[in-house]
Amino acid sequence: MNDYTPSEMMIVAAARALAGVRTVFVGVGLPNIACNLAQRTVAPDLELVYESGVYGARPARLPLSIGDPALITGALSVCSMADLFGLYLQGGRIDVAFLGGAQIDRYGNLNTTVIGDYAHPKVRLPGSGGACEIAIHARQVFIIMRLSRRSFVERLDFLTSPGHLGGSGERERLGMPGRGPQVVVTDKCVFRFDPGTGEMVLVSLHPGVRLEDVRAEMGWDPRVSPDLTETEPPTPEELRLLREELDPLGVYRS
Amino acid sequence: MNTGWTDGHRSTSVKTRAIYAHLCPIQMPEETVKLTTMHDAIATYVHDGDTVAIEGFTACICFAAAHEIIRQGRRDLVLCRMTPDLIYDQMVAAGCARKLVFSYLGNPGVGPLHAIRRAVEKGIPAPLELEEYSHFGMVARYIAGAYRLPFFPLRSYVGSDLPKVNPRIRFVESPYGDGPIAVVPPLNPDVAIIHAQRADVNGNTQLWGLLGAQKEAAFAARHVIVVVEEIVDEEVIRSDPNRTLIPGLIVDAVVHEPYGAHPSYVQGYYDRDNDFYLRWDEISRDEAATRAWLEEWVYGVRDRAEYVEKMGRETWERLKPAQAWARPVNYG
Repeated sequence: MNDYTPSEMMIVAAARALAGVRTVFVGVGLPNIACNLAQRTVAPDLELVYESGVYGARPARLPLSIGDPALITGALSVCSMADLFGLYLQGGRIDVAFLGGAQIDRYGNLNTTVIGDYAHPKVRLPGSGGACEIAIHARQVFIIMRLSRRSFVERLDFLTSPGHLGGSGERERLGMPGRGPQVVVTDKCVFRFDPGTGEMVLVSLHPGVRLEDVRAEMGWDPRVSPDLTETEPPTPEELRLLREELDPLGVYRS
Repeated sequence: MNTGWTDGHRSTSVKTRAIYAHLCPIQMPEETVKLTTMHDAIATYVHDGDTVAIEGFTACICFAAAHEIIRQGRRDLVLCRMTPDLIYDQMVAAGCARKLVFSYLGNPGVGPLHAIRRAVEKGIPAPLELEEYSHFGMVARYIAGAYRLPFFPLRSYVGSDLPKVNPRIRFVESPYGDGPIAVVPPLNPDVAIIHAQRADVNGNTQLWGLLGAQKEAAFAARHVIVVVEEIVDEEVIRSDPNRTLIPGLIVDAVVHEPYGAHPSYVQGYYDRDNDFYLRWDEISRDEAATRAWLEEWVYGVRDRAEYVEKMGRETWERLKPAQAWARPVNYG
């Protein structure tokens, strides 16, 4: 039994992946906290960008949504969404973007549109929002999702946001500017992507998690890195920052 | 709050002017008749079957207009917004809409939009047609509409299934040999309803905080209703012209409606009512509870002023914003 929660492990793993990053496209929830933690640790020059139209946000409180008024107060720049999507995102100025979804496949393609048939869905999900263009343009995409069989599927019901598509260089052939998904952080493990095939590869298991636990929660048999390691657990300082300063009420880390 | 009225005569509503017109020997300039009530603005500019855009990305969403549209019993509307938010969830639950043009069906930061989901999944209260884009696609549609272009190009949708379910997203060959690019058609709403901090009586409107696609939607629309927290003197507007988002030139009606965006927010005036967004998640899960809420808070109040009073002083105290004044600049 670890003295940190699975969420705390996810936040810390995601924050570490932001080392040296300058501009990150943030959503709410875990990515938000991960970015805040990264700013205090491995990425002090990190600027938070929100698709609502904010560059260089410094919210005084945890935002409930990406349009929270606290994101505007004290930001470097607040602009229209035309500017945000055209100049910042399509203009190629976003280093990393966090995405998630109801379903993900082995190539990091994401579904946030429907479960079932589009015309008569079993579940109507929110849809793309900015995700489709974010997946295309961000220099790198980081994914944070809980590992579950329902989410990690062999075949998506709908492909909302392109990851590595069918793999093997398809993104490059289609001339997509961003490199696509690079990391998938889950509550059990971390995946990276094979640069040649574009397929998800298991690179580390969180402390206490076995390979069988991961396989049991996936709709396909994942590739496993020959250098499979244990994810380094959160350090006392990372936990202190999370628990005392960034999320004292435990909104996201519990 | 400062309500900077200019002259007494500029404050009269359309109806009042009509009553006294025969007594007034001087013809008033057209501009002065824009100031009106929410009731009259909706009655004049929103009709059954209209394409309506009430934009505002999380901020400055004119719920007051939506509630008046519901009260006046509008039907078969085509509702356009990037994120329908609670505003269209409420209008769909009330049976106002036949179609949504959108890019994200979420209660931002909370979860799904249950009333819209019920309409899409089960046809309750009526089937709902969907025309689905991405955020950038919606922005691009308003830009095409506002700039009077036949389409607007954007580097999106490659590899996505979205074009398969929305045939209005097309791909064209760049005439300069750069390969294919996605384009979307113009969106020209019959009416756009813009909520902002302040405007003068001619509709010169200043908005700060999140701008969303308000400007583009306004310039794309055939008619524009501006709803503001404060009416200010023209000289206030002229003192800071960079802050003017929408010129009175394109505005048909101006409505003074304090707290008109609640539960959404207006930067510097009131906070977002996050509690309400969370509560709506509970209420809207259940069809009966949703109808009961509409009965009490939309049909059961005459107008926004009564809604504001019913919400109670504690609500407005709770939503009071902090002070974060910008440094003034010299335009001399």
